[in-house]
Amino acid sequence: MASFSEFGNALYTGARSINIVGRRRTWFIISAVAVLLSILIPVARGGFVFGIEFTGGSEYQISNLDNPDQSIATDAVTSVVPTAVPKVTTVSGDGIRVQTDQLGDDESTAVRQALADGYDVPVTDVTESFIGPSWGADITGQAIRGLIIFLAAAFVFMAIYFRTWKMSIAAMVALLHDLVITAGVYGIVGFEVTPAAVIGFLTILGYSLYDTVVVFDKIRENTRGGDASSARTFAESVNLAVNQTLVRSINTSVVAILPVAGILFIGAFVLGAGTLRDIALALFIGILVGTYSTIFVAAPLYSLLREREPAVQKETKRAIELREKSLS
Amino acid sequence: MAKSNTPVRKARRALIGLAAIFVVLIGLNTAGALFAGWNWTPKLALDLEGGTEIRLAPVVEGDGEVSSEQLSQAVSIIRQRIDAAGVSESEITTEGGSNIVVSIPGQPDEQTLERIEASAKLDFRPVLLAGTPATSEVGAEGTTPTPDATPAPEPTDPSDLSQVTPALQTAYDNFDCASIDETVVPPADEPFLTCEVDSSAKYLLGPVEVTGENLSDATSGVVTTSTGASTGTWAVNLQFDGKGTEEFAAVTTRLTGLESPRNQFAVVVDNKVIIAPASNAVITDGRAQITGSFDQETSKSLADQLKYGALPISFTVQSSDTISATLGSEQLRSGLIAGAIGLLLVVVYSLFQYRTLGLVTVASLVVAAAITYLVITILSWREGYRLSLAGVAGLIVAIGITADSFIVYFERIRDELRDGRGLEGAVESGWKRALRTILASDTVNFLAAIVLFVVAIGNVRGFALTLGITTIIDIIVVTLFTHPVLQLLAKTRFFSEGHRASGLDPKALGAVYRGRAVFKAPTVVAGKTAASRGEAVRRQTIAERKAAESSGSTTTATLEPPATPSSDSTSSSTGSTSARKPSNSKKGKR
Repeated sequence: MASFSEFGNALYTGARSINIVGRRRTWFIISAVAVLLSILIPVARGGFVFGIEFTGGSEYQISNLDNPDQSIATDAVTSVVPTAVPKVTTVSGDGIRVQTDQLGDDESTAVRQALADGYDVPVTDVTESFIGPSWGADITGQAIRGLIIFLAAAFVFMAIYFRTWKMSIAAMVALLHDLVITAGVYGIVGFEVTPAAVIGFLTILGYSLYDTVVVFDKIRENTRGGDASSARTFAESVNLAVNQTLVRSINTSVVAILPVAGILFIGAFVLGAGTLRDIALALFIGILVGTYSTIFVAAPLYSLLREREPAVQKETKRAIELREKSLS
Repeated sequence: MAKSNTPVRKARRALIGLAAIFVVLIGLNTAGALFAGWNWTPKLALDLEGGTEIRLAPVVEGDGEVSSEQLSQAVSIIRQRIDAAGVSESEITTEGGSNIVVSIPGQPDEQTLERIEASAKLDFRPVLLAGTPATSEVGAEGTTPTPDATPAPEPTDPSDLSQVTPALQTAYDNFDCASIDETVVPPADEPFLTCEVDSSAKYLLGPVEVTGENLSDATSGVVTTSTGASTGTWAVNLQFDGKGTEEFAAVTTRLTGLESPRNQFAVVVDNKVIIAPASNAVITDGRAQITGSFDQETSKSLADQLKYGALPISFTVQSSDTISATLGSEQLRSGLIAGAIGLLLVVVYSLFQYRTLGLVTVASLVVAAAITYLVITILSWREGYRLSLAGVAGLIVAIGITADSFIVYFERIRDELRDGRGLEGAVESGWKRALRTILASDTVNFLAAIVLFVVAIGNVRGFALTLGITTIIDIIVVTLFTHPVLQLLAKTRFFSEGHRASGLDPKALGAVYRGRAVFKAPTVVAGKTAASRGEAVRRQTIAERKAAESSGSTTTATLEPPATPSSDSTSSSTGSTSARKPSNSKKGKR
């Protein structure tokens, strides 16, 4: 730990510096490749696997079984609807989840009864859900609307707060980067996209921007300029800010990811597929990617955007001249 | 010491403010528990409690969009249907301006479900027979026509009593209002047995003569005389469209003058009669007026019923979720375990990273958790908010975001210490900078929560609400608890002397090191730089320093002996104030 705070000290003073802004080409290429893969691989795999909430269907769930044998469920469903291809999964270790295509009311009741008989439990213990195909589309449609409104609002807020819309642009690019990669990982892993996952994605919006704002606030402080004696170019000032907040970024992402990891663990290994796991997975990836993108995408991109400004170029030239003079 | 009283006083005031918030919240909850039957635990959503949730989308024939008025009417239609089904404690809410969510504890039977989904339908039918239910003979007294042994196969008009076959007569005589099935649409061209909505009367009605589609409007108002003077009587005014006007004219022409009850026409909604007025005049202009013992409220309610009953609203089930109580409690337990694990990990990490200061994080999280719990409980009992699994997830995620505020703050304090400030000064100026950042970043988070809450539906809303609440609570806790506590701690010897375990040890933070470096040439720092990776970086730092030196700026003061501290006792770090490295001088504390 002592070494970690020393590391923080060194980063703070600039005694030790990780050249993040200077090597932006590398990071940009890495991110571009990651984004590309996140789009290509899921497409190559045949698109996302959508959950029952998007495709519509019937779902039955029984928990606390003595013999969570999946074949009983399959038999029970096919005994009622011979053509059905039920998807049976074990949840929570001793529970069973059965998903089928949408069944009629009578069929549904019969399947429920058959499942109850098969597992020898009272009918009331069999949880039954029916989801129309438009439900998931509805929630996603609303989510996309929310996304657009939020992006616009956040763009304006950041532009006003930081007094430059270029920070907004950089933050938005990083945000999209996060969303695409998170969605991509979802597609690559083959997890089902459920409304809970959509909630997770939406939270990443908030988190990704939140993280970026913290670092940008430091950048803004460091690049306020007006110090003629500074021999730091704009890019170097940005880099220093990123370095100075690096310990914060690491601590924050660790603290943010620990509870999420807790949910993911409980969700994946105890509860099985469900709301908690889906939210947690999206968040887990999102927080990691979000922290990365703030440091390696948003900050270098902002620097790139600003460096072309004449005023900034002038300052950079002056800083370099000052430095060369001292070296000679 | 006198000058430093201010932060302490401020800190005390802030803590008193926090205590006041607690008193108010606990007071509210106590008052609720005492007088309004609240509980000390928040209400749980169905996914945690067990029960059935049905999500219905109303469909209006013709235009696809459902107005908010129509939606609220649809809600009241559904409420009536569910109440009629005898389901208690059901909750009906609208969602996202387009859906209706029905939450029912336990599992509803098939009939209830069908009843909920059925389309509302409004018809006008002539009354053939009317009476009091359950006392059939008496009810039919005087009005019962002699049953025709051989009913005419073709009744001359819809009011023709020849439609009342002996079988129908028997059915009518023994009719029980409880046997009405709202879900079965009766044939429009046949007689139909039904009751008044409140089961106060039973009817045998003729075939449908005017359908709701031809009723263009229904309003309520005070009856005025031909001279425009108010009579003080409330009435319901009907307005028919072209086809309806014709049909209604035919009905009134025939009914007016017939004996009671055949001069009545019944308005049927959901297979039940909402009103059956007698026709007093032939109405040919499509503008009818129903008077009776109405007051403002009842006339308006009837007008609304007519107006929206006329809308062919039907409902499609979007999703139906039944969760058994055991599964619900299991999910709640798992969610709580996940939260506990997350919290524990955060505590361990904080203590590891910030040592004693980590305890402040833990205490702040506990305070935040307590406020959140109270707020959610109050919201759940006052506003009907129910904590869902997604909401629990939102709360767990909030642990990280709340803890981040403390991290930002602590790191700022450490930065200030590294710059060589005394602890009290570092706390104050670190706070000023951290607060800006915390407010800015929390604004973004809050923005996300608001947008999600307004736009989104279902689970997302519950999630957004907890996210928004915890964001506000984060700001409250960090200003009214974390900061004041640090202000007070800064006065203690343990912290101000920078004990190794305090987490704010200037030595460990490198501040003293630089203080001593005063006596050495800056090359020492350069040497340290050389150890770091990256050629470009190394060159930059050296170059920078040289540049700064050659530019003759004041920052070369590095080589001067440390300035004597003015008064403060925090000796360990004061010496370094003047010894800041040139590269740091830029971030002066302005």
